[in-house]
Amino acid sequence: MRTLRFLCPNGHLGFAPLKVPSFELGVATRPDFILADSGSDDIGPGPLGHDTSTSPREWQEHDLEHMLLAARRLGVPMIIGSAGDTGTNSRVDLYVGIIRDLARKHGLAPFRLGWFYSEVDKELLRAKIRAGDTIRGLEGRGDLDEAELDATERVVAVAGIHPFVRLLDAGADVIIGGRCSDAVVFAAPAIRAGYPEALSYYLGKVLECASFCAEPYGAKETVIGTISDEDVRVTAMAPFQRCTVASVAGHAMYERANPYDETVAGGRLDMRDCHYEQADARTTRVTGPRFFPADEKRVKLEGAAKVGERYVGMAGIRDPYTIAHVDEVIAWSRQQLREHLGDDGYEVHFNVFGRDGVMGDLEPLRDRPAHELCVVVQGIAPTQAKAEEVAMIATRQMFYARLPDVKGTAGGVAFLLDEVLPASPAYRWSLNHTLRVDDYLELFPTHIEEVTP
Amino acid sequence: MTAGPQRLDRLAKTIRSKNAGVDQITFDVIFDDRAAFERVVRSGVLSRETVTRLYGVAPERIVDFVVYEPGLAIKFTLRRLRPSGSPGDGDIFGAQQYAPLLALEVPPDA
Repeated sequence: MRTLRFLCPNGHLGFAPLKVPSFELGVATRPDFILADSGSDDIGPGPLGHDTSTSPREWQEHDLEHMLLAARRLGVPMIIGSAGDTGTNSRVDLYVGIIRDLARKHGLAPFRLGWFYSEVDKELLRAKIRAGDTIRGLEGRGDLDEAELDATERVVAVAGIHPFVRLLDAGADVIIGGRCSDAVVFAAPAIRAGYPEALSYYLGKVLECASFCAEPYGAKETVIGTISDEDVRVTAMAPFQRCTVASVAGHAMYERANPYDETVAGGRLDMRDCHYEQADARTTRVTGPRFFPADEKRVKLEGAAKVGERYVGMAGIRDPYTIAHVDEVIAWSRQQLREHLGDDGYEVHFNVFGRDGVMGDLEPLRDRPAHELCVVVQGIAPTQAKAEEVAMIATRQMFYARLPDVKGTAGGVAFLLDEVLPASPAYRWSLNHTLRVDDYLELFPTHIEEVTP
Repeated sequence: MTAGPQRLDRLAKTIRSKNAGVDQITFDVIFDDRAAFERVVRSGVLSRETVTRLYGVAPERIVDFVVYEPGLAIKFTLRRLRPSGSPGDGDIFGAQQYAPLLALEVPPDA
């Protein structure tokens, strides 16, 4: 029976380095592909909006170097998806540059380097809206309008298998992908080789987070997935880990609204009838996933809008009476802000740690605050100077809050620092939508070059 | 099987929360013991209705509630009021929202 074997060393390349020993154990088994996803929208809208990575270049380079050297040594393709956390054009260029540098550093024999971009021009979306196309909101969001588009800083489209397949067809040995669905990094070469779509997407789904599908818990360890025309087998490479029925079935539900459905550009993977069995001590065998091609060609879009520059202040509270009336302290602070700066042109947020700072509206114990609180204040405004002023007024004025029966009249809060701190600009996710396309490749231009020493 | 009531965190192997995309937080309660899983499912202490009460949310905010046999798990997903990482969001990853589940009291089997 024909098979292909896929090695994945890291579920979010760059976010923390891969573990070398299990990677080398996996490489020694001579896999047919070495692949990893490098993206996540877990990190919030800041990196997409600000066009940065959350990961230091050293960690990104560490993993790319291990993967590149192993892949070139074995003569097998290396594939990366969603470069640099967000998969924006600058992140793709960053990874492409790292690959070129590594090739030179190690004097690698010539190979073909392919990449694709995922950023979408806002004007293209505006034209689509004006032409009557609906840019449809996901997960309860409304459809995109031009005002929200105007507020948006940057948009990426989430690719399916298509640009990867095109680059493999063009002979790419190394592929750096822009934003894409995690699973398609793995599904693309399997589908291109003629394996069933359902098993190919399942392969991607189970491998995308590397050792998260193994137990005991231990991230950044290598796993290998093997696809045949009948099943997918997934094996842990770290000696202390195993892929069990429980760990593999359990992984299907990780980070997703339900454990059964995975939607990608091109269709929906259905895992309802998956059957899991222990194949050997470290391997679980999976059969039964199904794939339903999409009725309409739609591609997901992610976008981040800038809210403003940001400063942060902190204030502690220990007086039980003040704790019981902390909402009045905050109301006083807001009132002082309004008197100084008016009603608009800025935002202020108060997170009350010790009460509901972590859970906000979901906190069931909001009426039982701790014996001390920390209020974290965020001032947000168009300029840094204004943001600093907002944070400063809001934090400082808590000190002067007027509570009718407070005994301590020398200061209403405690300061760890009598200053406010600059923070990264504030962004929000403005696009979680889908766009109709004529061709799944139209948003993802591909490029290929020969890398020579 | 113990006869008396037990806290959910004594019966489950894993209780966790995490973003499911930018607009939702998903919760997983995972068991390593089929009897414990079935006991909790039968007890009804984890249902759309109890989640509504525990988290003080309207039923519409529960976008999924699944008893997942292959994973010996109960899973539900809540819609966020604002997307993850919006200013003021105290939990960008949604990773600390499971705490109220830990002490849920599971009654003894009838």
